[in-house]
Amino acid sequence: MTAPALKSGRPQAGRAYIRWPGRAGHCFVAAYVVLLVAFGLVPTGYAIYFAFTDAGGSFTGLSNFTAAVSDFRFGSAVAHVALYLLWWLASLVVFVVGLALLLQRMALRGVSRALRFLYYVPGALAGAAGVLVWLFVLDPTVSPVGFLLEALGYHSFGEVIAPGHLPILFTLIAFWTGAGGWIVVMYGALNNISPDVLEAARLDGAGAWQTAWRIQIPLLRKWIVYMVILTFAGGTQLFVEPQLLSQASVGVAGRDYSLNQLAYDFAFQNNDVNTAAAVSVELLVVGLVVAGVFVARSGFFDAD
Amino acid sequence: MQTDVRQPADITRLPGSGRGPDRPGRRAGRGRLLWSRLNPLSILVLLLFLVFFVLPVLWLVLAATKTDAQLVHNHPLSFGSFSALRANWKGLTAYQDDAIFLWLRNSALYSFLALLITLCVAVPAGYAMAMTEFKGRRTLLMSTLVVMLMPNATLIVPLFLEINAVRLIGSMWSIILPYAFYPFGVYLTYIYFSTALPHELLDAARLDGCSEFGVFRRVALPLAAPVVALVGFFSFVANWTNYFLPYVMLPESDQFPVQVGLGTLLDSVPQFNPTASGLEIQRPELALATLLAITPVLIVFLFSQRFLVAGMLAGATKN
Repeated sequence: MTAPALKSGRPQAGRAYIRWPGRAGHCFVAAYVVLLVAFGLVPTGYAIYFAFTDAGGSFTGLSNFTAAVSDFRFGSAVAHVALYLLWWLASLVVFVVGLALLLQRMALRGVSRALRFLYYVPGALAGAAGVLVWLFVLDPTVSPVGFLLEALGYHSFGEVIAPGHLPILFTLIAFWTGAGGWIVVMYGALNNISPDVLEAARLDGAGAWQTAWRIQIPLLRKWIVYMVILTFAGGTQLFVEPQLLSQASVGVAGRDYSLNQLAYDFAFQNNDVNTAAAVSVELLVVGLVVAGVFVARSGFFDAD
Repeated sequence: MQTDVRQPADITRLPGSGRGPDRPGRRAGRGRLLWSRLNPLSILVLLLFLVFFVLPVLWLVLAATKTDAQLVHNHPLSFGSFSALRANWKGLTAYQDDAIFLWLRNSALYSFLALLITLCVAVPAGYAMAMTEFKGRRTLLMSTLVVMLMPNATLIVPLFLEINAVRLIGSMWSIILPYAFYPFGVYLTYIYFSTALPHELLDAARLDGCSEFGVFRRVALPLAAPVVALVGFFSFVANWTNYFLPYVMLPESDQFPVQVGLGTLLDSVPQFNPTASGLEIQRPELALATLLAITPVLIVFLFSQRFLVAGMLAGATKN
């Protein structure tokens, strides 16, 4: 760890702010590197090892992957997660950007600020708490919007949580807890657009709609991409929502719904950690590729 | 309550904020000239979303004040009674002898211990990556970014296998240590130090004979308060709301954090689980438990909205 690394000193760069190249820096990051190895690299290695071996520890090639893929639940789990992501990403981009634009146009700054805060409050109910609230909201007998559910023709909890509805319902829950934070972020980004640019657009005769479409949204693109990437990564990890829903419906809806649930079931119901690891590796590859492409291509994280 | 987020720049300089601090008066004035008011349709949209975001929270608060019969028959947004609230409290706390308090205590213990370790680890690491040069710095930074963008739920099953191999399943460290690994916190401190702390300041301290550790302790650390708060809030909320990891790692009910405990309570509600036997939980009691479970996070939210948002913005602000 503390081996002197003279080469990295770069005194010719003219920024000779390092007296002992490396030593102190390595000490400062040592604890973090330990955690990174223990809870980042080792589990990854473990997942790969288990994914390519059988219960006896001998190499099995891709058979765990084919076992996972050919499981009757796998295809539908992928489809579920994909459909959910599609709904969620679409609603997030459209509504978050739209609401942020509206809030920013508001002349009454105080009202705009209060609305941003109120939109943000459900963020405190992330995780199991938010799902429980929605179990109530989706139950026509106790729901505050029971009349709406009845009007749509659903008279019992079971009818509301029919399998075909789940992507929309999970989208509702995720949007409810997550959108507020992103609205505030987009609002902040919109406020960073120079007023002179907007003034120029106005002088050129652009209306509110044109200004939004031609100027503000293109300038927000970076932020929208950032939101989509983080949301995509999180969305593939769907677990607590279907898990609690399946508990609440006695396994009728939401069981083995997502890939993470499937990995969990392989590991803890079937005692088949190798196939579970194969599912994890697949999720890992997707996550790594998305993160890697984003870090490398976006220019968001220019390290120096 | 500070809810103005237009100026998180005191923590991390926002992109394009080189213009210096906002001048709200002038901006608002010009804004009014540009867009005198929203059309009715826009106002309707904003109000509809207000209902969407607020109604369930409001309902939850009111539900805890009702009996189960009132929950079904009364108006959803009516107030029940204080006696019903007291009865719900009694019913909830009677469940497995104050289990709810045990879960809340567990959550607090896990979240704070992990938070403490996170701060001790992330602040020096972020500082070193921003302010010093060492072999492997760029690699470390890149891997931090990649891991940060990769949701940690992916690794939970392999993590279980690893923790199992070192026989820590069921120990509280099986979730505290993975919580403590918080690359986003490292990234935030990295951003903070590299934008807010001038190298000249460190050089001056070095010229005065400070060692590298002295520079960190006497110059960097006293200036790190904003980012410590930022990382602290984020880490606390993430730890408190995590469900999957403790669900996998902690098999015993008396070790559950409150999020997993809520799932147990859900299983004991006859309306959701007709096979629930013995100890029953009524729906208003579950609502009350949910309220208790979110209270700490809600408090953090109320007092730190500006910090939290600044952190989300900071995820993308190093240009």
